[in-house]
Amino acid sequence: MLRTQEYFLNFGPQHPSTHGVFQIILTLDGERIVKAEPVCGYLHRGIEKLAESRTYTQVIPYTDRMDYLAAMLQNLGYVQAVEKLMGIEVPERAEYLRIISGELSRLASHLLATGVYALDIGGFTGFLLCFRERERVMDLLEELTGSRMTLSYARIGGVADDAPEGWLDKVKKLMDDMPGYIDEYNGLITGNEIFQARTKFVGQLTPETAINYSLSGPVLRASGVNYDLRKVRPYGIYDRFDFEVPLGENGDCFDRFYCRVREMQQSVRIIQQAIEQIKEVDGPVIAKVPKVLKPPKSDVYHEIESAKGIIGYYVVSDGSNKPYRVHVRRPSFINLGYLDEMLRGYLIADVVAILGSIDIVLGEVDC
Amino acid sequence: MLENLFVGIADWLRSLLGGLGTPVEINEAIVMLVKLVAILVFILINALWLVYMERKVAAYMQARIGPNRVGPKGLLQTTADIGKLISKEIVIPGKADKVVFLLAPVLIFVPTLMVFAVIPFGKNMAAIDMNIGVFYLLAIASLSTLFFWMGGWASNSKYSLIGSMRVVAQMVSYELPLVLGLLGVIMIAGSLKMSDIIAAQEHTWFIFTQPIAFLIYFTAAVAETNRCPFDLVEGESEIIAGPYTEYGGMAFAMFFLAEYANIMVICAMATIMFLGGWHAPFGLDFIPSWVWFFLKMYALIFVVMQLRWTYPRIRVDQLMGFSWKVLVPLALANIFITGIGMKIYQAIGW
Repeated sequence: MLRTQEYFLNFGPQHPSTHGVFQIILTLDGERIVKAEPVCGYLHRGIEKLAESRTYTQVIPYTDRMDYLAAMLQNLGYVQAVEKLMGIEVPERAEYLRIISGELSRLASHLLATGVYALDIGGFTGFLLCFRERERVMDLLEELTGSRMTLSYARIGGVADDAPEGWLDKVKKLMDDMPGYIDEYNGLITGNEIFQARTKFVGQLTPETAINYSLSGPVLRASGVNYDLRKVRPYGIYDRFDFEVPLGENGDCFDRFYCRVREMQQSVRIIQQAIEQIKEVDGPVIAKVPKVLKPPKSDVYHEIESAKGIIGYYVVSDGSNKPYRVHVRRPSFINLGYLDEMLRGYLIADVVAILGSIDIVLGEVDC
Repeated sequence: MLENLFVGIADWLRSLLGGLGTPVEINEAIVMLVKLVAILVFILINALWLVYMERKVAAYMQARIGPNRVGPKGLLQTTADIGKLISKEIVIPGKADKVVFLLAPVLIFVPTLMVFAVIPFGKNMAAIDMNIGVFYLLAIASLSTLFFWMGGWASNSKYSLIGSMRVVAQMVSYELPLVLGLLGVIMIAGSLKMSDIIAAQEHTWFIFTQPIAFLIYFTAAVAETNRCPFDLVEGESEIIAGPYTEYGGMAFAMFFLAEYANIMVICAMATIMFLGGWHAPFGLDFIPSWVWFFLKMYALIFVVMQLRWTYPRIRVDQLMGFSWKVLVPLALANIFITGIGMKIYQAIGW
């Protein structure tokens, strides 16, 4: 009997496919994984603690730095939590602008996830094609907010500013082009034989485990669990839009990838409807809120469907102008919880495939 | 005139040396040396050009422009890159085996350069027309496995080790379908000599009589050169750069250029074995034979590049399965059918 020895491999923190500074200490038997130990915290900046010494408004830019790929959705979760705490009514037009910019953010995040996943599997062209469209989304967001990534567009009580002249038409133009682009990705990436061989039935998640580990977002829905907060508990004005929740069947890497691709199509639908409806809505984009925000002494938990999953903000107020405590339920971090068991028994190449399919962003994992 | 450009130069050199009154043997040796140096220079320049071509092809496939700053149309980009790499310090990892570590990138070029000795680039344009040319080429080409392994092992890094283990497994597995694929052609041509094989394709290229063999050869050859979709060896999203992980500067560039030289070898080989070598199609003889050879070779190289920028990478177990479960049986079946076919033809007396 041949005696073999297990060995360790430091997968990261400086590795092209960990999507940032993330480390997995792999115990390997040849190329097969015996045990995987995720190590996070390399990008920890103490955002939750920093928030305690800032006023309520000053916290908004910190939320950008978590999931910087879909910054608007991070802003939105926080400001909606504070609005809930103070009972602020948001003007109609601001709600629509939030939806449009939020869904554009989701689109940008999913475009990146799709492209980078193609890169993880080894196809470089898919990556750059997705970036081509992401660039257009980024340009639109820059025109709206003045920033490409860290938008800080949402304000407590509304949004920073109204959309510039002609901006909505540009968004509409992109939304008209988007279905064609998505077909292109499906042709190049999704339909590829090798891509499917690499991702189908790899890293399967049963609905039960997904729920038990409190996973959310496309990772959960790929396992066939129909749970999208935009449908289940509509926040903002999501109940006014007609869209579907894409679900997977096998809960494997391919389903997680393909869920995102189909979610992009739904985002496009939502934005198109929002652009139609916003035309009839005029008025202010921010509610009348006091200069100094002093919420009553209480606490609030609010969660929304971010690009990576359910992001929840828990804000405690002690009656002063600064939050007593802010805690964030970060979907990327929680989705990583099942990584070890998911990786066991697979090969090194599958580590990349599985990690990529969870779609983490390290700013959010480490917070 | 153009047809015999290179042959003419060789003859002119020979007559020039003949006028000096030196012994014939020495003259022949000098001519041989000149030929070999010419091939070396050609390969190195061509490798640079191929890197540029790869970047341009990739760029156009990815809706980009590609290098366009250094020199006209960015043509000098790779030259500038190599200049930069040469000027870089060669960092040797602390616990590496220094001698082997430094030897590997030097030796990696040796088999590649050696195989070019037998490749006929045009009519009467092979440095040496060996009677076991194909055998020599395959034998020498498979040596490069050893140097990848040397580099990976001597680096003393786990990523390099995994990469070089993959090299050995992959190259050994794909050597078999590669050789078996070529066997069909060799059976029909009845010779291992390159010039005989090309002569046998004067009327019909072997790609038409041996299409399956061509596909098997081409797939296996792409795998042999560690190109996408079989680029597991350097699979940058998994094991960073495989055996090259610890290399920097010119040492890395040597591996890099060797890869392109190897692509040239496999495409030249495919041209010789399946696309009629330097034979002109449709009787377009007015174009010199060596131009035809390069046209065919570059067409194949272009296909290899397109493959790389289209397909994702396959997994190590799928790679092995594909070789042993698909390519090898297919190649054996092809040999079997070729044998039967030849017997039938002989029986009919065609």
